[in-house]
Amino acid sequence: MIALTLRKSMRAVEQDRLLWAVLALFLLLVFGAGWLKPLFASLFPQLQRPLYDHDSFASLVLAHLQIVVLSSIAATVVGVSAGVFATRAAGREFRPLIETLVSAGQTFPPVAVLAVAIPLIGFGVAPALIALALYGVLPILQATLAGVESVPAPALEAAEGLGLNRWQRLFGVELALAAPVILAGVRTSVIINIGTAAIASTVGVKTLGLPIIVGLSGFNTAYVIQGAVLVGLLAVAVDLAFETLQRRLVRWQSTR
Amino acid sequence: MIELQEVSKRFGAVTAIDEVSLTIGRGELVVILGSSGSGKSTLLRMMNRLVEHDSGRILFAGEEIRSFRPEDLRRRMGYAIQSIGLFPHWSVERNIATVPSLLRWPKTRVDARVAELMTLLQLEPAVYRARYPHQLSGGQQQRVGVARALAADPEVLLMDEPFGALDPVTRAALQRELAHIHDVSGKTIVLVTHDIDEALGLATRIVLLDAGRIVQSGTPLEMLAQPASDFVTDFFGRADVGIRLLGLRRVSEYMRPVGEHPLHDDDEGPISDTLSLRDALSVFVSRRVDRLPVANGEGTIVGRLELRDLLRPPRPSEPGIAQ
Repeated sequence: MIALTLRKSMRAVEQDRLLWAVLALFLLLVFGAGWLKPLFASLFPQLQRPLYDHDSFASLVLAHLQIVVLSSIAATVVGVSAGVFATRAAGREFRPLIETLVSAGQTFPPVAVLAVAIPLIGFGVAPALIALALYGVLPILQATLAGVESVPAPALEAAEGLGLNRWQRLFGVELALAAPVILAGVRTSVIINIGTAAIASTVGVKTLGLPIIVGLSGFNTAYVIQGAVLVGLLAVAVDLAFETLQRRLVRWQSTR
Repeated sequence: MIELQEVSKRFGAVTAIDEVSLTIGRGELVVILGSSGSGKSTLLRMMNRLVEHDSGRILFAGEEIRSFRPEDLRRRMGYAIQSIGLFPHWSVERNIATVPSLLRWPKTRVDARVAELMTLLQLEPAVYRARYPHQLSGGQQQRVGVARALAADPEVLLMDEPFGALDPVTRAALQRELAHIHDVSGKTIVLVTHDIDEALGLATRIVLLDAGRIVQSGTPLEMLAQPASDFVTDFFGRADVGIRLLGLRRVSEYMRPVGEHPLHDDDEGPISDTLSLRDALSVFVSRRVDRLPVANGEGTIVGRLELRDLLRPPRPSEPGIAQ
């Protein structure tokens, strides 16, 4: 038992170190234009402009994060509310319908949603946000359903019998106990979202996908690599940050 | 304290509770006894509105329970269940403090109450206060469950087979503690069980339920000695009635005081005067003797018990209930 705890805490320390290492590397790339330019110039001597410089990487990262955060918040609100509704007595019969709708939302490729949304809404951030939010709901909904269903029935009966009202039961017991599972769903959704958000640049939205799109159309491999590495590092960093957060949330499960 | 007037409850075509009338007085420890499906849990759960009754009236502190908000009603009644239902993400301390926190007691008062209850239920506060439910044994969890039910000093304690899932030793210990809590607090307790010995040992009054109706209601002694019907006799186990009657009587009530009869030197060692006659009978048989010295709590010989004393009729002036 002690050995297991020790190993767990060592794993935690290692993961925290990894998180800081990935973050450092990411920031180095974002703000290190000064030494990146000669590096890419030597890697791609045939290119005239080896470093993407239409926008600063920092502004691309900020724009990318903005879209991810907004669409993920929307997906979380929709996913968790739909999950909670589908597990109430009143919403139980809507559950198959909700699950079908949300699965359909993930079946449509975001590019297709963008293509359909643009004639309806026009160019800009709005269609990108809608496409990303729709795409991100499914894992959160599924996690909410699984999390709320895993709450032990006796705890709920006791909560009701002791006089917690319905909101106190929902937030204090059900969602509090489901939180680690829900957070795992949000994590999956956000990570997918970080990758998918790059596609929004196909319709002119400023994201980390922009160097990739520009690089692909201009046969500039260096741009593609720069965009792709930044998106990848961002996803890994956010994933590790979620890992830390999840560990905090389930601390009561591992205390000895 | 709680009064049911011709209360009925149907689930679809099944009548779970059929015109039950029952008055539970302040300070009583009423055990609702019955086999599975007799409606005993439904009856209990109607008292705190976890199940709403279809017809009749249920009064709590003189008022129809529907005039209370369900939460307010439940916060005035403790509730403990067989599956315990501790909140796994809360420490022992916070679990016990559930209802006081809902009632917004000041923190110092909550802390003092938690410590008091943990001590009452034999959980060392310094050791267990910050633990989580999964770090406790089943018996300790139910101690926390009972402490949580008692936390806000409710007027009534409702218990649904609270000790049913525990091993016999732990169950006996918790039954003793519940009897002790009832003695010191004088709280009104309604306990549901199918365990006949638990009912006989704890109850000030037993309500025997069958198919949603009260078959007989009375003290443990009345249930055994004056069964209202063959069903009652059968329920308490026709062959065991004599043994169970002995279980209700204490040695101190039947022994012959010192001086009346001189003691013999060859006696093996005294039995305690707080033993039930049932336990004393066991000692008679295992030692193959027909008389035993009796000692009080300090170990002083206060009298002796003879095998034939077990056959004497109970003295009407004595309660005759072993705790």
